[in-house]
Amino acid sequence: MPSRILPLALVLLTLALCAAGREAVPVGQDPAIERRMMTLAQELRCLVCQNQTLADSQAPLAADLRQEIRELMQKGQSDEQVKQYLVARYGDFVLYRPPLKSQTWLLWFGPGVLLVGGLTALYLAILRRRRLLADEPLNPDQEERALALLSEDEGQPS
Amino acid sequence: MRYLRYLIPLAAFLVLTGFLFKGLWIDPHTVPSPLIDKPAPAFRLTQVADAGKTLSRDELLGKVWLLNVWASWCVSCREEHAVLVDFARTGVVPIYGLDYEDTRDAAMKWLGTLGNPYQASLFDPDGRVGIDYGVYGVPETYVIDKTGTIRYKQIGPITPEVLHDKIVPLVRKLNA
Amino acid sequence: MIAELGSFSLMVALAVALVLGIVPIVGAARGNTTWMELARPSARALFVLVVVAAACLVASFVRDDFSVLYVATNSTRALPLRYKLAAFWGGHEGSMLLWLLILSFWMFAVSLFSRHLPLAMVARILGVMGLIGVGFLLFILLTSSPFERLLPAPEDGRDLNPLLQDPGMVAHPPMLYMGYVGFSVAFAFAIAALLGGNLDATWARWSRPWTTVAWSFLTLGICLGSAWAYYTLGWGGWWFWDPVENASFMPWLAGTALMHSLAVTEKRGAFKVWTVLLAIFAFSLSLLGTFLVRSGVLTSVHAFANDPRRGVFILLFLAVVIGGSLALYAWRAPKVGLGERFELISRETLLLTNNVLFLVAAGAVLLGTLWPLFVDALGLEKQSVGPPYFNLVFVPLMAPALFLMGIGPLARWKKASLPEIGIRLKWAFGVSIVSALLLPLALGKWSALAAFGLWMALWVFAATVANLWSRLRSLSGGLASRLRSLPRGYLGMLTAHVGVAVFIGGVTLVKSYESEKDVQIDVGDTVAMGPYTFQFKGVEDGARENYIYGRGTFEVTRNGRPAGTMHPEKRQFVGQSEPSTVAAIDRGLTRDLYVSLGEAVGGTGSTAWIVRVYYKPFVDWVWGGCLVMALGGTLALSDRRYRLARSGRPAIEPALSATAPA
Repeated sequence: MPSRILPLALVLLTLALCAAGREAVPVGQDPAIERRMMTLAQELRCLVCQNQTLADSQAPLAADLRQEIRELMQKGQSDEQVKQYLVARYGDFVLYRPPLKSQTWLLWFGPGVLLVGGLTALYLAILRRRRLLADEPLNPDQEERALALLSEDEGQPS
Repeated sequence: MRYLRYLIPLAAFLVLTGFLFKGLWIDPHTVPSPLIDKPAPAFRLTQVADAGKTLSRDELLGKVWLLNVWASWCVSCREEHAVLVDFARTGVVPIYGLDYEDTRDAAMKWLGTLGNPYQASLFDPDGRVGIDYGVYGVPETYVIDKTGTIRYKQIGPITPEVLHDKIVPLVRKLNA
Repeated sequence: MIAELGSFSLMVALAVALVLGIVPIVGAARGNTTWMELARPSARALFVLVVVAAACLVASFVRDDFSVLYVATNSTRALPLRYKLAAFWGGHEGSMLLWLLILSFWMFAVSLFSRHLPLAMVARILGVMGLIGVGFLLFILLTSSPFERLLPAPEDGRDLNPLLQDPGMVAHPPMLYMGYVGFSVAFAFAIAALLGGNLDATWARWSRPWTTVAWSFLTLGICLGSAWAYYTLGWGGWWFWDPVENASFMPWLAGTALMHSLAVTEKRGAFKVWTVLLAIFAFSLSLLGTFLVRSGVLTSVHAFANDPRRGVFILLFLAVVIGGSLALYAWRAPKVGLGERFELISRETLLLTNNVLFLVAAGAVLLGTLWPLFVDALGLEKQSVGPPYFNLVFVPLMAPALFLMGIGPLARWKKASLPEIGIRLKWAFGVSIVSALLLPLALGKWSALAAFGLWMALWVFAATVANLWSRLRSLSGGLASRLRSLPRGYLGMLTAHVGVAVFIGGVTLVKSYESEKDVQIDVGDTVAMGPYTFQFKGVEDGARENYIYGRGTFEVTRNGRPAGTMHPEKRQFVGQSEPSTVAAIDRGLTRDLYVSLGEAVGGTGSTAWIVRVYYKPFVDWVWGGCLVMALGGTLALSDRRYRLARSGRPAIEPALSATAPA
């Protein structure tokens, strides 16, 4: 009996070890750089599949550029420097967050200005109509009706 | 005067319509190159035909030349290739190729079948030089002047019209 | 034959639409009853004719009639029946016919449910809708007919885009169009009021249900689109600020503003002219969206194949409809009166502040969406505007709106008392702030953004509950009878606001606490994500009706205990160069597990794959919230005042006929 159990046990043990498998290998080598790269890539536009971020795109150029960014980051470049690197080659088009420069003031400040302007116009309009509606005197017909109603109240026939 | 206020929405809309109209004729997909009028990025690459020989950008200074980015797997490159082969025969300007993300075998076979308009073709298997030049789709072509500055980029295949209207006049001007 | 019948039906429809667009409106101006009475029958006839055309197109798909060009480009013999039906709106031409079909459906609905409206008004409303129909019919017949022939007919079609072969495709476009196109009714009401010079509180009351129902459909439509993108695009996103998404979101924002503005105009007869302008804006944004998607002016996943000629036609149509309505507005609006007075601190003001916030938000989205176009048209360097911009700009605009959402319903009409509101809400305020500060700690990671988002969601929820509680307290009887006695409009409002709270909660939680792992995995390997472990069992190949697939298997365990199996797929459709990804999603009330296959690696003989695993907490609250919002809208629609008695007249008559116009 024992002589049969041992080989069986070994087989079972091997099977168990195979079934356990290993932890999957992350695609990027260095997790910290990988995270930084993906965060930055979320803000960059893929030039081939132009509706996707560089992070999500499966296009070969996107994979190449992600690799390029990894290498630049490994060399110690900052996020800003990596962005400059890409902009020098592909233009502002590659940035999903438009840079803040005089040409983009309208874009970045427009909504805020519109909000302040809109709210101001609204409150001024409300105040103005309050004044207008308060000052409006009754016209003669309305005045007559008002008097008639008031005298009704006092028990006299209209 | 206060009536003018009510015209603001209409006025704004008309301005918007003007932009939308203009927009109908613009292709939102093309990415113009920021490298126009800037120095062509330096490179030193082996040649497709001969892995032992290299070619660098500096060796090409002093003349006007075209850099045509191509690949054997690129379908639209076939369309433009015939045009390039004919153009090369005219000898107006030397054409150098950048074989992008390709293998030597496939590239040589392709050139053998379709003709070789290039003085030499540079081998860029991992696309690094392509990235430096802002290549994002194949084919693309650059016109580079005697000082090594990029003067024009053609996105997409070269057609006889593009040659006639843009490239040949520019080359003539740069050579003058 | 059938295709020609469809074309013919559309041509007759054009003639009817012309009659509908001109005669009743002129009749209303002249007081000619016979001409005005033509409106309803014409609208109904138009509907029938468009249904016939639509049926012809459906028949062509079902019969695999590949001599019809549109069928050949969007279908194939092997395509399952339900997708042959959905292929109706799979391409540009068919989707235009869908637009027209839904427009004529709304016309039909208005013709049925308008007995309480003065004839002149009905004539104008249907007339305006008819004119819009004329524009679409001309566009379809002249540039985009789905009935064009392809001769000789090919043996088989080119197939529907695989991304569209999905239940999402069956539901999303029709629902979206019901909303989008539904705003044409509110628009027509507004134009009719401007034309007739009878802009008053009653007009607002009549407009409201139509606006609410369109808004509810649009909410559902956008929700479906987002949910569909989530599982079909393979990378776990559900909103990309893509131009076409924005094109449907802008009318939603304007429509929300419109709904709230109509409340003010109905109650106070105030800001009538502003409400009319909003109705014009909402529908204009719908039309603009239709233009953007088809003109090739913007890059988008959704964009249909384009042609500048079509773009010019639509732009011209836009210019006429929107330009015309804004010109009419500029002409008639100054003559309209002010309505009743209200204080600076009042429910009216809060509702109008909501308007400003939502409209500025719509403006910001418009600005961001069109910015690349502006810059390019001016010859400047091309720029892109994406999620980083929209998120940065949109969120600060919506935050005040969310805060006001708690206060508004408690404010009195005409004159509100801040101290009183403060007393009623102090509990809600306190509870929401404290919970929002503590919850992130319980969830594992504290961040200011998470706390803020949670506060907004909890605040709206708590304030809404406080509102309901104080309302219930003043009634008598059992809870059920008390709830039943509350106006449905009020309950609808509460429900919709709760929906917003749920939505904001979901967005905050998923954005702050989601995690993702991008790994290379081989058979037997595992990936861990929080308490979950995913073990890869391999990918097996197979084939279905019109594609071959690779189906992955992942065994999931939670804290060691089995928690299910997940099967992400990669599908390769015949005739498509790229495979599509179908993610495997394990949905739950508190989290989604999301696995998608990237690509096989290692060459032949290797069983390794690149795989993305996502943990998305509370992401289903995003769509759950939208559903609750739409439910709120539906509830509001079932309010007593809109209920029609057997005679077809509303159960509660509008308060006056003195305002019935000439």
